[in-house]
Amino acid sequence: MADLSTRVGALTLKNPIMPASGTFSEELADVFDLDCLGAHVTKTITRERRSGNPVPRVCELNGAMLNSIGIPSKGAGWFVKNTIPFYADYDAPLVISISASTADDFARFAEEVSVPGVAAIEVNISCPNIEDHGKAFAMRPGSTEDVIRKIRSATDVPIWAKLSPNTGEVVEVAQASETAGADALVTANTMLAMAIDSRSGEIRLGNVMGGLSGPALKPITLRMTYQCAKAVAIPVIGCGGISTIDDVIEYLMAGARAVQVGTATFISPNTMPRLVGELDATLAARGLASVEALIGTARLSGETTTLAEYT
Amino acid sequence: MPASPCVVPDTTSAPLTLGRQRSIHEVEARIKSHDWVNGQYRLIVLAAPDTVLDCRPGQFFHLLCPQTDRFQPYFRRPMSIYSYDREKGELAFLYKVAGAGTSAMAELETGDTLNIVGPIGQAFEIKPEWQRPLLLARGVGLATLAPLARECASLGRSLTVICSARSPELLMSTELFRHYGAEVITVTDAEGNSGVESLTGLIEGLIASRGIDAFFTCGSARLTRMLQDIGSRHGIGGQVALEQHMACGIGMCHACVWPFRRADGAVNLRVCREGPVFDLQEAM
Repeated sequence: MADLSTRVGALTLKNPIMPASGTFSEELADVFDLDCLGAHVTKTITRERRSGNPVPRVCELNGAMLNSIGIPSKGAGWFVKNTIPFYADYDAPLVISISASTADDFARFAEEVSVPGVAAIEVNISCPNIEDHGKAFAMRPGSTEDVIRKIRSATDVPIWAKLSPNTGEVVEVAQASETAGADALVTANTMLAMAIDSRSGEIRLGNVMGGLSGPALKPITLRMTYQCAKAVAIPVIGCGGISTIDDVIEYLMAGARAVQVGTATFISPNTMPRLVGELDATLAARGLASVEALIGTARLSGETTTLAEYT
Repeated sequence: MPASPCVVPDTTSAPLTLGRQRSIHEVEARIKSHDWVNGQYRLIVLAAPDTVLDCRPGQFFHLLCPQTDRFQPYFRRPMSIYSYDREKGELAFLYKVAGAGTSAMAELETGDTLNIVGPIGQAFEIKPEWQRPLLLARGVGLATLAPLARECASLGRSLTVICSARSPELLMSTELFRHYGAEVITVTDAEGNSGVESLTGLIEGLIASRGIDAFFTCGSARLTRMLQDIGSRHGIGGQVALEQHMACGIGMCHACVWPFRRADGAVNLRVCREGPVFDLQEAM
């Protein structure tokens, strides 16, 4: 068996496969042993209780999903009392995802949930549903640096910044996160999108806009992963449209030290354990001793030819 | 149905399987038969392993409909169990060919396989005091109620079933319900006796003549509201199986929430996890 372990900052994961926030919860334990995963990542919670958005909250597209769930949350108290203890039974490190509407609230909340059992805090500074008009901290380097710096000063728990594809400043936002003290980046959240039923004229989500995920998103978030891995020294975790072992390997080759699997779990609840097994088999088939041997190995094709430059 | 602003998130989730016991299974099931029941409905019978046949009436499976030339459904489709039989190793679904998922599924042939996840959800509960239940099914809702009728029969309940459809040729399973010993009454739009007014008269007559003491229903928001009204006037309880668009089907995504009335205010509950069967009067 190949060495599937990987390091994400101070954390060592037994394999690089973990769930993407919002597509994983305790209920999945009814399907498989959650301890086969590299880490557990909980659905984003807010400090206050929230109902979430009106239905329909999801719709399907070709090879993609749109969602505007709206972060329904039972609040910090319920989460600390019920959710965190559930994961104490498992060896896999627990990563909790949090959101807030201001930088100060983010910092206060991060401090409140920095409790024993929490291995890292993924800060959802990119969810397109929660801010007005789809705006999010991770759209701009300035707002990113401000919020991460405040969270950094409020907690010693590792901070993973979940970045957004809804920005034209991917590298600047990544570097701002690193400068402000993030321990890792997660690239990336869903992409703001919408869908209309062409026959009825009805907008297909109750919240009008929602986040695009699934295989259709992968080329975009793979590109972000590559850009970020080149631009920062902290670890990058790939996320977006992963459903096959080839997807996993592409992200690792792009420079990701681990990956998050999201929407694919809705299509097959056993996707993650299957990918762990397939990763082991693929490394063996390629004669590779470890996951490490794949990370950041993407290169230009030898067939690439520089064409004549017009002057 | 948009969530109203007063609705708060629930704090009463369905119990979790904390003992690391696997209760939901993903399996490839081979199709034993797949036939048209009438012009709109098909019955698919699967050879299913024991692991997924520990089912109870009201539960559902999440089906991975195939990708075909004409239809490319992405999500799974939740579907109520029409029948399950451990001895024969069979699991069956009765479904209406409607959208991309069911249209793709309709193209499956005997011998093909279908990937299924389940059994999922909270089942119907036949309370001891419910001795003379009435089952009211509209359209595909009767598929959901068929296993409940069997359960009622095995518990010796005196059963009445009203089947409602657009037209007499779309009525299904009336013989099956009679086989379970039910008094079966059919109503159709075509005959003009399926409206709320005539059904209300019919059901109030049955309460008087047959001593109906519980309602079970599925498949129509209009008929659910009607049963809530009749139930609250006559002090008759019951349960409703709800349908809602789902993504994950096992409780992770919170897409399939529905609002419910509770003593301390309204709550949103997941149809896939806390349901699909709910208290009749609580559904909003």
